[in-house]
This record gives sequence, C-alpha cells and structure tokens, in this order.
Amino acid sequence: MSFHSFTGTDTYLAAPELRDSVNVAAALEKPLLIRGEPGTGKTVLAEAIAENLVMELLTWNIKSTSKAQEGLYVYDTVQRLNDARFGDKDITDISQYIKYGPLGQSFLTDQRVVLLIDEIDKADMEFPNDLLHELDRMTFFVNETGKRHSARFRPIVVITSNNEKELPDAFLRRCVFHYIAFPDKVEMESIIRVHHPDVEAELLQQVLLRFYWLRDLPEIRKKPSTSELIDWIAALRRGGVGTDVIESELPFLGVLMKRENDLEAVMAAHRRGRVN
Amino acid sequence: MFVDFFYHLRGYGLKVTITEWLSLMKALSIGYSRADLHVFYNLARCLMVKREADFDNYDRAFASFFMGVENHFDISDELLEWLSKPELPRELTDEERAKLEALDLDELRERFKDLLDEQKERHDGGNRWIGTGGMSPFGHGGEHPTGVRIGGAGGGRSAVQVATDRRFRNLRSDRILDTRQIGLALRRLRKLDKDEGPEELDIDETIDSSARNAGEIDFVFRPPKRNRIKLLLLIDVGGSMDPHTLLCERLFSAAHKANHFKKFEFKFFHNCVYENLYTDISRWKGEPTSRVLKRLDHTWSVCLVGDAWMSPYELTHTGGAIDYYHSNQVTGLDWLRKFRDRCPNSIWLNPEPRRIWNAPTIHLIRQVYPMFELTIDGLTEGIDVLRGIRPNRALAA
Repeated sequence: MSFHSFTGTDTYLAAPELRDSVNVAAALEKPLLIRGEPGTGKTVLAEAIAENLVMELLTWNIKSTSKAQEGLYVYDTVQRLNDARFGDKDITDISQYIKYGPLGQSFLTDQRVVLLIDEIDKADMEFPNDLLHELDRMTFFVNETGKRHSARFRPIVVITSNNEKELPDAFLRRCVFHYIAFPDKVEMESIIRVHHPDVEAELLQQVLLRFYWLRDLPEIRKKPSTSELIDWIAALRRGGVGTDVIESELPFLGVLMKRENDLEAVMAAHRRGRVN
Repeated sequence: MFVDFFYHLRGYGLKVTITEWLSLMKALSIGYSRADLHVFYNLARCLMVKREADFDNYDRAFASFFMGVENHFDISDELLEWLSKPELPRELTDEERAKLEALDLDELRERFKDLLDEQKERHDGGNRWIGTGGMSPFGHGGEHPTGVRIGGAGGGRSAVQVATDRRFRNLRSDRILDTRQIGLALRRLRKLDKDEGPEELDIDETIDSSARNAGEIDFVFRPPKRNRIKLLLLIDVGGSMDPHTLLCERLFSAAHKANHFKKFEFKFFHNCVYENLYTDISRWKGEPTSRVLKRLDHTWSVCLVGDAWMSPYELTHTGGAIDYYHSNQVTGLDWLRKFRDRCPNSIWLNPEPRRIWNAPTIHLIRQVYPMFELTIDGLTEGIDVLRGIRPNRALAA
C-alpha cells in the first residue's frame, strides 16, 4: 500500500497537510472527516480524489430526513405489493426488491471506490452513531434476505460537515479529521486565477484587499465565501468597474453579502473608513 | 517518549483515546515514520484531534513538548524503541484492549524493520528518502536537499515554530458565541416524551406492515412525541451588564426563535431579582415576581443570565435594591431561592469569564444555582445539567 498516492489535480490545489490527511485515511481505511467554512472546497475534494486515483465516486447527499438504513439498502415493499396485486412478476425472490443505497453499493463493487457522505451534520443527531458499525467493519446484513454483505474493497470514505451539529465522540474517534482553513491571500490568488485566468493584477489586488477587510469586520454574521468572491469579480468585470471605484463605492455588494444587517454593517464600516 | 506525548496531550485537555493513539502508531509503522516533524505534527493531529476548536490546545501542547528537543527527536528511533518494548497507557477499557489485541504489534515491528532496511538501501543507492535513524541528510523544517519543500509550512520554519503561531486560536470553543451557535446549543434542550392525546397515523409503518401482511391494509398508530421542556429565561440588563448586551441579545434571539419548547417565557431584571420582573429591556412594563412564580412548577427550567456582580447588601438585605426609589421587602437572595425551590432544574449563565468569578455575591449565588460561563462549552455544560444527563457538580459547596 502506498502512502503517497493522492496529490491533488490540475483544478484542485490540495495543501500538503490535506494530502497527508487523505493518504493516511486511505491507508488506515478510516473515514476522513472534512470540516471547514462553506466554500472551502470540501465536497470537491472527494471528486478530486476520485479523479486523481482513477476511482468511481459514489455520493450520498444527506438531508435532515436521511436515515442510516437508507444508505445501505431499502426494501421496496410498495413495489412488491404492487407486483403482487397487479403485476404478473414472480415476487418470491425478495432480493429483487432490495435497493442498495450509496453506502451499500460502495461495499458491493468489485474495485475500490470513493464514497462521499456529504453534509453529515444535516441529519439527525443520532445518524452518525447508526453508521458506526458499518463504517468500522464495512459489512452489513440484509434482514429480508438473510444475507451478509462484506466489502471486498474497502472504499475511501470522505465525510463532510459544516459543523451545524456537534458530532458524537464515538463517531469522531473512528475518523481521521481534517479542517480546511479559509484560504489566505496568496492561496486565494491562485484559486481566483483558476476561475478568472485573465483578471487584471491591479483589480485582483484591490478586490482581495476589500474582501479580507470585509471578512475581518467583527459585526459581520455571515462571512462571504470563496464562491461569492469569484462571483463578485465576475460582476465587477462584467460591469467594467475600475479599481478606484471599488475602493470608493464597493459596488455590487449584494453579491457578497446576503443579509440585510450585514450589508448595513459593511456600509457603516465603509463610511467610517473613509472619514478616518 | 511516545507515551509521554500521549499524556502530555491529555494534560492539555485533549481527550485522546487509546484507539486513536494506536491508529497513530499503526500509521507510523506502515510508512509514515520517515516523516519529519512537520508531517508528524499533521499526522498526530488528524488522528487524535477531532475538533478544530481543540487545534489551539494541540498547538500549545505540541510546542511545549517538542520545544528544545526538536533537533534531535527522531521519529523512527522513538517508534522502534516503542515497538520493541510497547509501554501502554494504563486504564484500558475492554473495547480498547480488544483493539490492541487486533493490532499485532509483532507484525507491525517486522514491517517497520523491513521498511527501515528498504530505506537504508535506497538511501545508499542515492534515492531521496528522508529523515530516518540519523542516516538521512534531511533535517526537519527546512527544505529537501533537492529543493522540494516537505511539510505544510515552509520558509525554513520548524514544526514547533509553526505550532507556536497558534493559527487556530480563533476557533477555540471557549470564546463567545453567535446566535446560530446558541440556537444549536439550545436544540440540545430536548426531552422527547410520548405525549398523551390522540394517536397519529404512522404512514411508513402502515405501508410496511401492509406489505408484510400480503397487501391487506394494516393501520399502525402511535402516540406523538413532543418536547416537554418549559423554559423561563431571566436576563439581567443595564449597569454592569452593558458590555454584554450583544451576547445577551444573541442568546435571547436564539431562544426566542427556538420553537421546540413546550413553553417559553422570558423576563428581564436589573442587577438582581426583586418584587417585579420586566417584559421589556427598558423595564417599563412589569409583572409581580410572585405572579410569575405561581405559574411555574417543577416541570419548568429557569435559566438566569447575569454577571452576579453587585454589592453584597443588594443581595442579602431588605431594602438593598440598586434602584433608589425601590425598597424591597424580601432580599434578592431569597427571591433567587424561591425560584430555585419552585424549579429545582435551573442554572445561571455568567457572561464574565470564570477566572474573575471572585466577587462575594457570585459565591453566594453559586450556592443556589450551578453557574456556567456563557460560552459554547459553558452553555453546553449547563444545558446538559438542565437535561439531567450530567451530574450537577457546579454548585459551590
């Protein structure tokens, strides 16, 4: 087993620390828990791993109603009932009504895959605990057919969380944890150059200056993220706004700030800044 | 040495378990031992620290542990020594013991030795393996001989120096909270119980059961679940609480928005609770405290928020109320006791940090109410006491 396998891709720039965390998780066959502010590329990481290691990616998007069981399999009783009453199918074979979820599928494939469990904190607080056994042993039991399925190739499991809910200790103990810090100015510059390759250097500097100034304002509740910054630059360029105007007027602020209170706070701080 | 690091981390309040510790040993044995201290810093962190709020503590622990020895700390040597005489932390649980047995240390040792030999050969052959057993040209915290930088931070700074930067200070959870975090903490305040009253149709179970019943419809009913928590929030406003206005507003708006309580009430007071409680911050509209008390019973929880910082007579004397025109017949402390007696399940949240809780009045109030800091950790702790899942040890003797 090689430790140095994930290196990042052309479009996904992974910091060395992140690369190490991914490779440790893969080598120890433990789930990798990724946390960080929205817009720091948590979800994209799983895609990058899949692309880089040439593996299939299975995604399980968690919602507030998600149940651990659904990830493994669902017994489609309604379909069977329907077939029994109106169809002419043979319904004695129950296994045809077992629909495997992303987690179940990732155990059943005949090569190693990447499994993304996206936004695990959206689900009920008990949800992660219900997954413990399956993630640990990588095996599950289908009650209806009496069959046990064990993973032949343990998937690389990437779990993302926005920290909306505290995750249970027992769950955390089993994970490899990585926190993606918000990119600093230098990193941000290279990220922007991926999306706006031909942006003028002067505009970029001015925008970054304003952006980090905004993020550091203590009164801001929802800090603007990377994707919003990229949108803002697109808006500024489309509108043909000059660098001097950015400094004096902060145009198209609505692209960055989505809350009325935050907008007002920024404008107030901006006025203060100009007076001083 | 390695085991010392484990205890060192625990000493800094990091709840590292044996399971996680063994994961680290395993990771080192199967290939990461050639890492320099930079990589070790990240490796140990990603396996043993699971909350970014603890990163700052980890940094402090790491820096103080490796300060001074970083230049002659060799991970391979340490690991080899540990593997040949595995000294384990005491107090293992059964689960941990089982984990340990599953991890075959002899096998690990063999694999690790192979790895070292392989490295040595390749090193002699001019390959660029790094940092093992003193046979590598590569130190730490610098740059790879071929010019490839290893590790997270560059610029020739050591892992210890990086740790001393304390980059994650702002993520500490003992800092103050925003509304959303408070809302999340309050969400923990749930006591779901089966409610009496009309049963609800459980559609999922009905479908399931009907299907199992060969298609004959079989209705399943169940009693609905409701949150039974009734919460009264009493907030100190004005005077010494002014610096904490923003924080209290956040707590208030989060609690107000939380719609999962069976009943929720809030009142304001100034300095201490006396005959009247107020429904507005400017304290114009009020209600006699005795009437509020009458509405409450032991199923209610009371959460008081205040700095508990006043002159002792304001708490213990009749007529001691802070407002000049107000002459109270019952002392503030007695009012507080009345609330406690009526609703034993109550807490006090203090926006001031614990280290300055040395006023005599704070001491008196802590004999009546368990007191917690108004921080993420404090609030969570307090709410666990309200839920009855944490023994109430915060009461001062």
